[in-house]
Amino acid sequence: MGLPRWIYVPALVGAVFVLLPLVAIVARVHWAEFGSLVTSEGSRAAFWLSLKTSAASTLLCVLLGVPMALVLARRRFRGLALLRSLVLLPLVLPPVVGGLALLYTFGRRGLLGSELDALGIQVAFSTIAVVMAQTFVAMPFLVVSMEGTLRTAGQRYEVVAASLGAAPTTVFRRITLPLVLPGLVSGAVLSFARSLGEFGATITFAGSLQGRTRTLPLEIYLQRETDPDAAVALALVLVVVAVLVIGLARQGRGVL
Amino acid sequence: MTFELSCAVAERGVDLAFEVAAGETVAVLGPNGSGKSTALGVTAGLVAPDVGRVVLDGTVLTDVGPGRPGTRVAPHARRTALLGQEPLLFPHLDALDNVAFGPRSGGASRAVARRDAQRWLDEVGVGELAGRRPAQLSGGQAQRVAVARALAAEPRLLLLDEPMAALDIAVLPALRQTLRRLLAGRSAIVVTHDPLDALLLADRVVVLSDGRVVEQGASSEVLSRPRSPFAARLAGLNLIAGTWRDGAVETADGLVVHGLVAGDPPAAGERVIATFRPASVAVYRDPVEGSPRNAFEVTVTEIEPLADLIRVHAGPLHADVTVQAAAELALEAGLIVTFSVKATEVAVYGL
Repeated sequence: MGLPRWIYVPALVGAVFVLLPLVAIVARVHWAEFGSLVTSEGSRAAFWLSLKTSAASTLLCVLLGVPMALVLARRRFRGLALLRSLVLLPLVLPPVVGGLALLYTFGRRGLLGSELDALGIQVAFSTIAVVMAQTFVAMPFLVVSMEGTLRTAGQRYEVVAASLGAAPTTVFRRITLPLVLPGLVSGAVLSFARSLGEFGATITFAGSLQGRTRTLPLEIYLQRETDPDAAVALALVLVVVAVLVIGLARQGRGVL
Repeated sequence: MTFELSCAVAERGVDLAFEVAAGETVAVLGPNGSGKSTALGVTAGLVAPDVGRVVLDGTVLTDVGPGRPGTRVAPHARRTALLGQEPLLFPHLDALDNVAFGPRSGGASRAVARRDAQRWLDEVGVGELAGRRPAQLSGGQAQRVAVARALAAEPRLLLLDEPMAALDIAVLPALRQTLRRLLAGRSAIVVTHDPLDALLLADRVVVLSDGRVVEQGASSEVLSRPRSPFAARLAGLNLIAGTWRDGAVETADGLVVHGLVAGDPPAAGERVIATFRPASVAVYRDPVEGSPRNAFEVTVTEIEPLADLIRVHAGPLHADVTVQAAAELALEAGLIVTFSVKATEVAVYGL
């Protein structure tokens, strides 16, 4: 079946709208200085911090998000729909608001601040805060993706496995997880990409301390004022990393 | 007594009870919505009855209802392996690991589980396919692996939910033979639409209708005797039981039915059954002479619309004819007609 011809016009406009800014960034890069710009101490620190915190938050998203998705997909109880909406709230919440919420929860004067303080733990404005901010905004991506995959997969294989004598944990480990692995990978990639680009919640909750909380997006934003060439070079690095991650995940699993 | 089930599920209009003796295979027959799936679901612990009691080998698996202790053993601890229409082999495991899944879950070491699995695969005739992924198996092969997987779990009671309904007709006789051999001496419940499955696989038949047990007894008795036309009609087949004599099925009434023998030809004097679809039956007002067809003179007992056809009942037999044909023949109850069916449309199997 053919598409209406006029469809191609808005489709083309959309594609140009997305791709042209990428071209503009590449065109704006000073290739002669590119190497020195992206290998400066501040740039390298931001780059590694971003990779490490994004990897950590992706791991947290998987560890907490998969069980959440399982409960949402497999259980039926009163208030489930409301719970789902609330859990997915960070999807639509401005990240800055998320950062503020985290600050008022885990900050020194926050909801749990005094308890944490008493234990000698201060999370605000630390690398842990970066991971928490990223996890907060990225988790819904994993939960949404996993819940969809779990629903599509259905429970037929799980029922058979149980009838063969497998206890729930065995069923989860040997049947459910392998079956939803493609969805898990694509959810994890989405979460990683979202973590990598996280800005608002991070700067609000974790601040911008070089080597500790200043991730690549923060570094780019700061450099934009003082050294636009460095900002552009780092922006390109971020784009390349994002493209690489998505490309690798696609090749590895044939998903997304 | 190894297994007893009684359950009531108000939501589904089910209230039934039956038993399975040690080593006995029971076929559960009934139209859609008659409660077959509910009975299996309650047995496997997948459906919670309002009131119900399930006992297997002296272990109470379910005992719920007013004044009952509320026992409900989890599905995995019931030892009631389930085999459905579709093989549902775990797609990420090869055939061997699929079959080894049950033993592994039961605590066997990987080596022991795999040795067991290979033995079961050999047993169902697909030993050479151990290394294949489910996607590389045909429907019949996959179902054989599924049979091996269910048996390898060493269930106390095997639950088969229309195990052959989704398979190509060409592979049915061989798989039916395999199941027959494996189910012998094993406690099992087979839900089926096919009277042949009931006859060949089961010792006893339980017929369900509207959530109740309406008839039960030895398979051959329930399905081959005209006193239970309900079961035969339920199965959607005309079924005539008889003895193999001179290349034809001869019934006790002296009726001779010619048909095609499926599988090994029966020996003279062997009990056989002939089945044919109602749609294969042609209806004539006058006797049919000198034709290679089977012709039975019958009295029409009931005429009933069935989708775009008319179903003509004549005692235990029925024929599906077009509306046009029914009009031309002016069919009505009480009319004496001839039911004629080609020998090629009649399947004859050893009992």
